[in-house]
Amino acid sequence: MFDQIIQFLATGLSVGSTYALVGLGFAIIYNASGVVNFAQGEFVMLGAMSAVGLLAAGVPYPLALLVAILIVTLVGFSLNKFAIEPARGASVVATIIITIGASIFLRGAALLIWGKDIFSMPAFSGNEPIEIGAATVVPQNIWIMGITVVLVLLVRYFFDKTLYGKAILACSCNKTAAGLVGINVKLMLLTSYGLSAAIGAVAGLLIAPIAFTSFDAGTMLGLKGFSAAILGGMGSGMGAVAGGLVLGVLESLGAGLISSGYKDAMAFVIILAVLFFKPSGLFGFKSVDRV
Amino acid sequence: MKKRNTGLLGIAAVTLGLMAVGAPLQASETIKVGTFLAVTGPASFLGDPELKTLQLYIEKINAKGGIDGKMVELIHYDTGGNAKDAVGFAKRLIKQDRVDVIVGGSTSGSTLAAMPEMTKAGMPFISLAGSVKIIDPVNPWTFKTPHTDRMAAAKVYADMKKRGITKVALISGDGGFGKSGRAQSLALAPEYGITIVADESYGTKDTDMTAQITTIRASDAQAILNFGFGSGPAIVTKNIRQLGVDLPLYQSHGVASKKYIELAGGAAEGVRLPASALLVADKLDDSDPQKAVLMAYGTAYESSFGPVSTFGGHAYDGLMIALEAIDRANSTDKTKVRDQIEATTNFIGTGGIFNMSKTDHMGLGLDAFRMLEIRNGDWTLVN
Repeated sequence: MFDQIIQFLATGLSVGSTYALVGLGFAIIYNASGVVNFAQGEFVMLGAMSAVGLLAAGVPYPLALLVAILIVTLVGFSLNKFAIEPARGASVVATIIITIGASIFLRGAALLIWGKDIFSMPAFSGNEPIEIGAATVVPQNIWIMGITVVLVLLVRYFFDKTLYGKAILACSCNKTAAGLVGINVKLMLLTSYGLSAAIGAVAGLLIAPIAFTSFDAGTMLGLKGFSAAILGGMGSGMGAVAGGLVLGVLESLGAGLISSGYKDAMAFVIILAVLFFKPSGLFGFKSVDRV
Repeated sequence: MKKRNTGLLGIAAVTLGLMAVGAPLQASETIKVGTFLAVTGPASFLGDPELKTLQLYIEKINAKGGIDGKMVELIHYDTGGNAKDAVGFAKRLIKQDRVDVIVGGSTSGSTLAAMPEMTKAGMPFISLAGSVKIIDPVNPWTFKTPHTDRMAAAKVYADMKKRGITKVALISGDGGFGKSGRAQSLALAPEYGITIVADESYGTKDTDMTAQITTIRASDAQAILNFGFGSGPAIVTKNIRQLGVDLPLYQSHGVASKKYIELAGGAAEGVRLPASALLVADKLDDSDPQKAVLMAYGTAYESSFGPVSTFGGHAYDGLMIALEAIDRANSTDKTKVRDQIEATTNFIGTGGIFNMSKTDHMGLGLDAFRMLEIRNGDWTLVN
């Protein structure tokens, strides 16, 4: 039984890491603009699909991954430039609806470009299982966890220590004030979309070798990442990461120990319970309205 | 969406007029085959090859002079996989287009939803969907050509019995196909002396199933049976090998495409599954009665559209059974056509050899499925 639990935890952490990366992408854009970007899952899908397309076209492996990240970053920039920015006077809710539209558009575009097939992508370093204690993982699981840790630390450093990162945070606190002290609000928004698109793309590249990809692969991952962000507290990057890991482990333990049929239901019930007792999420700040 | 000749509209209008005054005239100068398929949407992998097959063969038949000297006309609507739309289109085919026979319904959901309309109107209907519920209990007006999930489970259990396996772990997707397959597998197990020792499921979009397989590993199962399609079964296959589980793995006919081998890669080696003979047409004995039909269909489809799928094959079977029945009936009278479809015997199709009867509206035996094993990245026949 103990051996099994080790395996469930290993699985949960690996799956949770991908949720964490998607959730982190949600948190970055939310941080900068208060908008929940529902096209985040599509960034994940586009990252994987672009890499698969480039590999099929004969681009060498590491280069294909880098170019894929670049392509998705550009998509993130254009989403901001051509869909979000023209509507800058719009309310947050209207902007969220724009991102839902963008996600449908990106899914449709992927369907037209790559068709409705499911694609596989070669793993970063082979498929030979590795035994860690009582658990067995494939090298890709370790890549997922490792790169997630590195990215999370980098993002944390960026927002906490660099002027640029702090400027983005300033925009989320008060756009007008940030503009008045000389922060280029437009540029900061553009950066945050590019950054979260790039992180989404990395998540897609990490997960494609173990879970494949298709034009509609982003929807479910987006939903899980969104749940992770909500669970951790919207707007808290580290909260989203913790939320993702908790969600992954809960799903895995639920599937293994109780019943695989109620796996998703249990995870969502726990999220509801958390939100009931702590509406701002595990690590979110209490929002205070000044009257 | 809908192809028809405007000239035919005129004929239809005149015919309608004549019928209105009660003139006993043949319904029309063409044989109208109606169809509603999921050509777009999530089930398009079914509807797309089905429509292409229907169009291809109707063109071929017309080029040869049609049936009894009458041209065959196809009237098609795209349901997008939506069962509600299917009902609307079925009504339109019956009332407005006044077709002679309907061959269609890509998914079990749309077929089951449209069936009451066919019964009400007395319209011979050949469904292209999998569920056993379509023909059990028998509906006098509905037939189907694809194999059922119950047959797949039976075929797998028969093979397990031969290998002396009695304890089986079941893992299924939570989509319609997986759920229905799971129910049939559970119901059929006692008949073959098989105990289901683990019954796991996964979401169709899940990315990792190691938790479920860890539970299976801890059970005393002697083999694993996986019901599902899409990416799920390929992930299950990879996870099983990853965890070093050395049990024989059986998949369902839901993964009977080269895509599965491509996705699961080396992990698919040794996997067994029941599938239509269409996949291994070139590996069949020359004495096999199905070989000629399969090769002919395969060549015709591939020369126009690319790799064959078993789903297109079901449409071929449905269309041919319907047209042969009309040919035998020498009329498009609905009841006569229905009786002739029911009297189909020894029709060699892509799915198997069909022998329909009053109590069997599919007409396929277990031998319609071949047991395949994946070796060196290709299908091989298991004897």
